[in-house]
Amino acid sequence: MEPLTWTGSIAFLNPLLMIALALMALSILVWILASIVLPEPQMTVNADGTLSSTSGVRNLIQSTLRYSFLASVALAVAYIVLGILMGTSAGIIGAMSQQFLPVWLSLIILYAMSIAFKRKLGLYGKLFDSPIGMIGFGLVMFWVFTGVFGALDLIVTHDPLDQVSGMKNKVPGTPLPSIEDGEYAWYLLGGDNLARDVFSRMVKGAWIVVQIAPLATMFAFMVGITLGLPAGYYGGRLDTLLSFLANLILAFPVILLFYLLVTPEIVATGVPNYMAAVLFIFPIIFLAVLLNSRFYTRPNFRTPLLIGVLGVALWFYLSLISTGGYIINTDSYRIWGLPTYLDLFDIPGGILVVFVSVVFVNSPTVFRIVRGLALDIKTRDYVAAAQTRGEGPWYIMLWEILPNARGPLIVDFCLRIGYTTILLGTLGFFGLGLPPESPDWGSTINEGRKLLSIYLHPALPPALALLSLVLGLNLLADGLREESLKD
Amino acid sequence: MGLFILRRVGIMLLTALCLTFLVFFLTNLYPNLEKLAKTQGNFRMSDEQVSSYLEKNGYLQATPIKYGEWLGVLPSFRYENEDGTVQGRCILPGQSAEEAPRFCGLLQGYWGYSTVFKEEVSTVVGTRLALTGRLMFWVMLLMVPSALILGILAGMKEGSATDRTLSTFAITTTATPEYVSGVIFIAIFTSSAVGLKWFKGTATQAMENPTFENFFLPVLTIALYGMGYIARMTRASMTEVMTAQYIRTARLKGVSFPNIVMKHALRNALIAPFTVIMLQFPWLLNGVVIVETLFNYKGFGWALVQAAGNNDIQLLLAISVVSVFVVLVTQLISDIGYVYLNPRIRIS
Repeated sequence: MEPLTWTGSIAFLNPLLMIALALMALSILVWILASIVLPEPQMTVNADGTLSSTSGVRNLIQSTLRYSFLASVALAVAYIVLGILMGTSAGIIGAMSQQFLPVWLSLIILYAMSIAFKRKLGLYGKLFDSPIGMIGFGLVMFWVFTGVFGALDLIVTHDPLDQVSGMKNKVPGTPLPSIEDGEYAWYLLGGDNLARDVFSRMVKGAWIVVQIAPLATMFAFMVGITLGLPAGYYGGRLDTLLSFLANLILAFPVILLFYLLVTPEIVATGVPNYMAAVLFIFPIIFLAVLLNSRFYTRPNFRTPLLIGVLGVALWFYLSLISTGGYIINTDSYRIWGLPTYLDLFDIPGGILVVFVSVVFVNSPTVFRIVRGLALDIKTRDYVAAAQTRGEGPWYIMLWEILPNARGPLIVDFCLRIGYTTILLGTLGFFGLGLPPESPDWGSTINEGRKLLSIYLHPALPPALALLSLVLGLNLLADGLREESLKD
Repeated sequence: MGLFILRRVGIMLLTALCLTFLVFFLTNLYPNLEKLAKTQGNFRMSDEQVSSYLEKNGYLQATPIKYGEWLGVLPSFRYENEDGTVQGRCILPGQSAEEAPRFCGLLQGYWGYSTVFKEEVSTVVGTRLALTGRLMFWVMLLMVPSALILGILAGMKEGSATDRTLSTFAITTTATPEYVSGVIFIAIFTSSAVGLKWFKGTATQAMENPTFENFFLPVLTIALYGMGYIARMTRASMTEVMTAQYIRTARLKGVSFPNIVMKHALRNALIAPFTVIMLQFPWLLNGVVIVETLFNYKGFGWALVQAAGNNDIQLLLAISVVSVFVVLVTQLISDIGYVYLNPRIRIS
């Protein structure tokens, strides 16, 4: 087998792409300079009611920028399409775009459906009016689909833990020394220090982030909302106490907290299990109060609803916190949990402690945001109207204040997923929590950085992947903020 | 104002006490003590040896008592060996039990003895902090002016070409954590694979002899991540000011645009970024730990990693005291500074 080059037989596109990119960079520079130097375009109204603009130079620059941008995008699409069609004969780029085929298809379907029905989809639909939001959403969904399909073994070329002799630190596109039946013949992005496939590890790493980051952020939001709303609404002693506790956690340097919490020794003492038992109960409280405050006037409907919902929630809660029949299982003592035949899933101690500490670090910030919003909104007229109607405090908090605070909260949710991704990477970078052979991006960067001055390829793909995912989330948050402010 | 500061200092002390007790509790859990005993003695110690080591060094007392000893409000632990000599926390090597003071803790100015560095904690923290201080000085010098300039340029004309380009740049830097940008910088500027070799990939030499070549990359890596956030805050505050009534009046009066920005808008636009810059310190501490590990610069963050990795209780406590102190003091400064900068807010 021949080693693959980057672009293979579609190398004729490279000079074209270079020209397009150079033109784009140049026109951005000229655009900025022109916006400082040239005067604002003068709009004049003609006698027949049409408008005409004088400054032709600005328009020229803008259209150059637009066309060079479109040309670059078209060339990038050409690389991908030709890659999908030609596969490995289009080099590493081609082979990778062929591997990502399910992701491309899902993205196309998602975008086509969303744009077709965007007027019926509320805030989500409005996202497709903003180019920034669309780019961000595209980046995020790319990694979400990559994570999901990677977990289904669709994209990966090799097992992320398989070591193939002779592939140690090999450059991207190196063929395997001997190929068995059905095995992929190349290491697309090269091999790492332990001769594992960098490409497959990057794809598998996406799944770890996609699993943990949104879920941890959601739990942090549940905790923050359940505590922040009463703190802002009632004020007084409760607010002072909760704000003090939140500031206490916020004053702690995150890394020190991670180094103290996310160690095998702490896992052995069962501290994360206690924290999980406390933190994970907040969603249940939230659900119970949410439903009860809405339906308490109709006990016939409320009681079965609450029994049903809370029953399922409690079952999830118990199977989340109990492992192998115990909630806490240390050498000195143990607390019985859900019996194993009822336990839906087990979470390994390493993952649980990572999850718990990420939730723990994020919830005080969410608490502060929710408290600030509640303080602001509780002075509004509709809250006074609800109070006059005789609604209970929890109804007002959860059904009057919370829905009106959703805009900033949704934006912060997106930003916070990005921040959680960065935190997970930090944990991996310091080798805390996750097992050392785990393919998550932080650990891979940490492993790759040791030989960085000689071999770039093991560290750069996960670094760029993390960068693009967090960038996508930030752009998405920006687009959402822009669109939600338009109302 | 005096009362306000007094109350804040009181809350600060309470916060510091709670946090140090938390650190104390976590580091004194038995598996952590066991690890400490094994790193101090040897890794093949039996359980009895571990517990006798811990007994001798006073680690097996109740946590509140040990905490009191560390603070210096309780008489410290002493252990009488079989040969009649007495050892204890306060008794330094070469000192007899009678000469040594009964109380030795934070209140007496004794920070303890680092088990990793085999030195007094105060000297370890002092030297490491000086190194990190130098790093932070250059980071601030690079980050604050460039972030403010970026934000002001972008916020001057909302929606202009400059605004959009600079905002995109700011978003990109906030999306790039230090361990990503550092790795990318090392890959581009120092590796033999790319071949530029403009800078050094490690900053170990910068501890004695900082030069542009070995010190610029760590500084840049920390500064970039914080810069985007400050720039965005400055931009938001600048755009708000630029739409204010008095700016419109100035424009209608015929004041030139540079004059409006420099003389009318700038001062009001810098109030919000000031607090943001102050509140950035806790985040910078994170960056310092990552960058010092990445570039092997043996400062405060590096010491934190060493202390936490080896469960060096005394050093960890000192480090958490220092970092909590930095966080709380910067919060206090940001609150007081905000009141001084903004005449609309006055605390009666």
